[in-house]
Amino acid sequence: MGHNDAMPDQVPEEARVRPLVELAGGTVRFGADTVLDGVDFRLFPGEVHSLMGENGAGKSTLIKALTGALQLSAGTILLDGEPVHFRSTHDAQQAGIRAVYQEIDLLPNLSVAENIMLGSEPRRFGLVDWAQMRRRAAAVLDDLGLDIDPATTLSHHSIAVQQLVAIARALSTDARVLVLDEPTSSLDAAECAELFRVIAGLKERGVAIIFISHFLDQVYEVCDRVTVLRDGSLVGEYLTREFLRVDLVQAMLGHNAEALRSRSRLQVVEDDAVRRPFLSVRGLSSQRRIADADVDLVEGDVLGIAGLLGSGRTELARAMTGVDRADAGIIRIDGAARGPRGPREAIALGVVYSSENRRTEGIIGELSVGDNITLALQAQQGILRRIGGARQRELAQSWVEALDIRPPDLDRPAGTLSGGNQQKVLLARLLALAPRVLVLDEPTRGIDVGAKVEIQNLVGDLADNGLSVMFISAELEEVLRVGNRVAILHDGKIVETLPAEELTPDSLLALVAQGSSVGSAPVKEAR
Amino acid sequence: MSRLIKHHLFWPGFALVALVVLNTVARPRFIEISVQHGALYGAPIDILRNSAPMMLVALGMTLVIATRGIDLSVGAVMAVSGAVALTIIDGSDSPGSVGTVLIAILVGVGVSLILGVWNGFLVSVLKIQPIIATLVLMMAGRGVALLITDGFITTVTSDPLKYVASGHLLGLPFAFFIWVAAVAVVSLVERRTALGVLTEAVGINPEASRLAGVRATGIILGTYVVSGGLAGMAGVIYSSNIMAADANAAGELIELYAILAVVLGGTSLAGGKFSIAGTVIGVLIIQTLESTILFLGVSSAQSPVFFAAVVVLVVLIQAPAVHRAARQFVQRRSANVPDITPGTEVAR
Amino acid sequence: MSTTTTTPTAGRRIVPPRLSEYARTFVARHASVMPMLAALVILVLILIGAQIHFGDFVNPRTLSSLLLDNAYLLILAVGMTFVIVTGGIDLSVGSVMAFTGIAAAQMLDHGVSSAIVIPAMILGGAVIGLMIGVLVQYFDVQPFIASLAGLFLARGLAYVVSLKSIRVENEHVIWLQSTRWWFGEWYLTPTGVLALLTVVVGALVMKYTRFGRTVYAVGGGEQSARLMGLAVARTKVLVYVISGVCGGLAGLVLTAYSGAGYPRNGIGTELDVIAAVVIGGTLLTGGVGYVVGSLIGVLVYGTIHTVISYMGAEQSWMRIIIGLMLLMFIVVQRVIVVRAERRR
Repeated sequence: MGHNDAMPDQVPEEARVRPLVELAGGTVRFGADTVLDGVDFRLFPGEVHSLMGENGAGKSTLIKALTGALQLSAGTILLDGEPVHFRSTHDAQQAGIRAVYQEIDLLPNLSVAENIMLGSEPRRFGLVDWAQMRRRAAAVLDDLGLDIDPATTLSHHSIAVQQLVAIARALSTDARVLVLDEPTSSLDAAECAELFRVIAGLKERGVAIIFISHFLDQVYEVCDRVTVLRDGSLVGEYLTREFLRVDLVQAMLGHNAEALRSRSRLQVVEDDAVRRPFLSVRGLSSQRRIADADVDLVEGDVLGIAGLLGSGRTELARAMTGVDRADAGIIRIDGAARGPRGPREAIALGVVYSSENRRTEGIIGELSVGDNITLALQAQQGILRRIGGARQRELAQSWVEALDIRPPDLDRPAGTLSGGNQQKVLLARLLALAPRVLVLDEPTRGIDVGAKVEIQNLVGDLADNGLSVMFISAELEEVLRVGNRVAILHDGKIVETLPAEELTPDSLLALVAQGSSVGSAPVKEAR
Repeated sequence: MSRLIKHHLFWPGFALVALVVLNTVARPRFIEISVQHGALYGAPIDILRNSAPMMLVALGMTLVIATRGIDLSVGAVMAVSGAVALTIIDGSDSPGSVGTVLIAILVGVGVSLILGVWNGFLVSVLKIQPIIATLVLMMAGRGVALLITDGFITTVTSDPLKYVASGHLLGLPFAFFIWVAAVAVVSLVERRTALGVLTEAVGINPEASRLAGVRATGIILGTYVVSGGLAGMAGVIYSSNIMAADANAAGELIELYAILAVVLGGTSLAGGKFSIAGTVIGVLIIQTLESTILFLGVSSAQSPVFFAAVVVLVVLIQAPAVHRAARQFVQRRSANVPDITPGTEVAR
Repeated sequence: MSTTTTTPTAGRRIVPPRLSEYARTFVARHASVMPMLAALVILVLILIGAQIHFGDFVNPRTLSSLLLDNAYLLILAVGMTFVIVTGGIDLSVGSVMAFTGIAAAQMLDHGVSSAIVIPAMILGGAVIGLMIGVLVQYFDVQPFIASLAGLFLARGLAYVVSLKSIRVENEHVIWLQSTRWWFGEWYLTPTGVLALLTVVVGALVMKYTRFGRTVYAVGGGEQSARLMGLAVARTKVLVYVISGVCGGLAGLVLTAYSGAGYPRNGIGTELDVIAAVVIGGTLLTGGVGYVVGSLIGVLVYGTIHTVISYMGAEQSWMRIIIGLMLLMFIVVQRVIVVRAERRR
């Protein structure tokens, strides 16, 4: 268990060089999947340390291991140099390690005071002493310089304030390590400034902070050091002030060494009929996520989207395909200015979307592969016109063969397939609709290399056959390889759209790394 | 053999067969079927006849549960439908004519369909939790039924109505044909159209279904309408059985028995995959159990104790905690490993 | 409102706050009591309406009997409030009341002392509640299904004890009902006092004990409550035990009230109780609700009942009106939730 008492022969210098928390060779496996692979991580008192990586890099797994939410399969956690074993979040909390998640773990129905104090609330004669509880909560809030009435109900406050209350709760119990997981993702500039002010104050008090954010500017603004993870492995640990933005992005996205056949690109005919975009978007905006985006998807063309996590790439895709509603903007499909009011309408107009969340928003796990493949087509045809027995098998079988889905068993529940094959089932479902526009959100994430290449090639072939494709990926090489044109996105803005031939991985990296920011100066266009 | 055991109907079917065998061993007369006036009589025939109202209600409930819902109002809908139908017959000049009875039944079922639309609207459009949304009609429905009958138990004399529950066709109870027809129609509609697979898709993964363009709102609303309509027919059969509209007693606790039947039949309350055949077996198990309890000399009023035991047994069999414990038990036995004492740190 | 000055926010104020600011502070602090206040307004409106219509409705006698007639409902509503605030539901309460009532009547009939019978009733209710709670907490059974098992069990057991009603002549039990303590024109019975005591104890437990606050915490978010180190499992079991105890107590009160145990008592009572609790401002989705609100809900329920019988109208209107009120509250609650989601 954690030892909070000071070492007898403690020397100040030594204390400074010795990490407060250290993870050595941290490995986490789920069955055959290794989600965290021998990662070393150090955290010093009084520092703000950023943990960076794309989806599936292992950030949240590392955090969960440090906070006792899951157990290491191998490796050790050292606290003050002593090995510790957290069997639950409670153990970690006792040791002074606290996490504040993006999905705030508080109770919206109770007062701010209770949310700070509950579990160690002051009592008199065994009864909750409300006056004392409010006073103490007020003191904690005051300490952080926060002007929040502790008697108010938590749900009455904005997410930003709730976030700050969560921090106050963590600190009310003398936390020494504070994990902030995406704390700024739904805050505006003023709210961020307030949060950063609080963070600066904590730093001075010697609290070690792990700060996770996909906003590069914020990382550079508040963090002292940064540890980068990719695909569950450690890339490296760097001092922020010495680490170039481009290098950070490169470390996060990595180089892919897979040998791939380069697709022979369709020479886009300079003909007006072909050049006319099938789907065009003007001025699409949605809350803080998408700002005034213009996109044109042309027949026979693959538009790659390059942007970091949180750049609005997913939000853009969802708004374009009617999955989420946009606040403003015009979507023209086939010349007609009528945006889809839902996925169903989008499908009817020939625009289909494949979600980045294969499991929760894609596959219907308990239904068979065959039913999954024909589901969307069936939904489109209506309840009465069932795609029955033989015809369904024939149709599904043809897709299973065309996409080489394994095992080629139509009756198997789709949820039992591997990630790559699930993705193929999903693609088959969409392609069975004979769409005009295919919007793919990270279709190759978390699947094996073989399936990845197959999907990339498939996208190329589809475009050659006249489909418009929008292809989102966290891997820049992949975007370059698959896309004819590449749109660079940050902060919900499309900064630039360039032909893929004019880009190299390095130049694209530079563009993506360029000033992704909240409330900073407008992005300069780099050439 | 192992494939047989894994089939989703194996355990419900096994339970039903075991019950029948037990009954037959305990009293050979159980299985006896006699012929009087060209009609069959006997305990199994009674079970088939008496199953009708619960079968119809459970059939609708199966679909509702498949969409992750629940319909508590079925008993109240039965009361309303019975009240409407019998009030029409009572007020007619020719209560004995087939036409009157047909119209009365149609209106009763029609009203029930409207009540189903109401439930479906609350659940699928206003997105109110099903258990809460259908509670409203469960409360108010019997009040409406009482208003229709003026607070009395309306009794009628009408041979065509009596035939619905007590008549025979080809030697078998007419009520049996009603539920067989309902099961056949619903099965055909679910499996011959795409309704079944789309309903399951909505129940398993609502968001993925939405993204695939499935009209979830319509499908969910539809299941409540079907549930309402079937409950309406069940109400007519109930009234026909006692030749009266009893707003208080009609369909009392039937929602609970119907849910039990659905669960017994292997459809999960969490929604998704459903089995109509399983529900049929589930209802027959409950009816056979009821008959067994009566035979044991226990008053039918006391039978809930047995059903409480059945509910507890079924939920325990399905509980993940029990599965885990059972697995561990089997593993420990087969591996013959000594108990790991609590507190021992397992090397990770 | 007087506590405003203790907060740092208000402490720094120089300009005296205006009325609108008071209102804003009140909403920020007590938004969750609004539905309860709405129920109170509805109650007052019904009383005023009835007074105008009948000329003499709001008098000590009517109001005193309101408490007497609904004492068992009130006790059940207190227990149900605990369960619903955790986000659960207890369908067994009516049956538990019937079972403990008939069992008590049977025991008393056999000459068992009331000093044994009354604790036994409470214990019987607690055991059934415990069974439901264990099923819910440790076997992941949905509260609806677990309490359904409890309903079946208790109802069946009631019939096992007796199929017919059993008269109760025990002097202690009769005393609970027949004694009238007069305060001028007003009166109280021991059953009424018992009900009010249950309300007071319930309200205090909810507000001032860690258990009570954990009940709210579980309803607000079970996972968060667990992360806060609160005893979630114990609390979830205990609320059903409390509801069971209230069922036993209600069985005693109802037996005293009707002078007999009857196995068909309380069929459908669970719905009346749930309706009264929801009308009293408790959210069926959990996390928000007050015992005092449930008192108001029961009074609304009881008053409507009395008004209908004064009018000589069909009691069937009772169900329709309660159903409609339930609908109104559910829809309003849904609107509040949707608006809160939009704000996020």
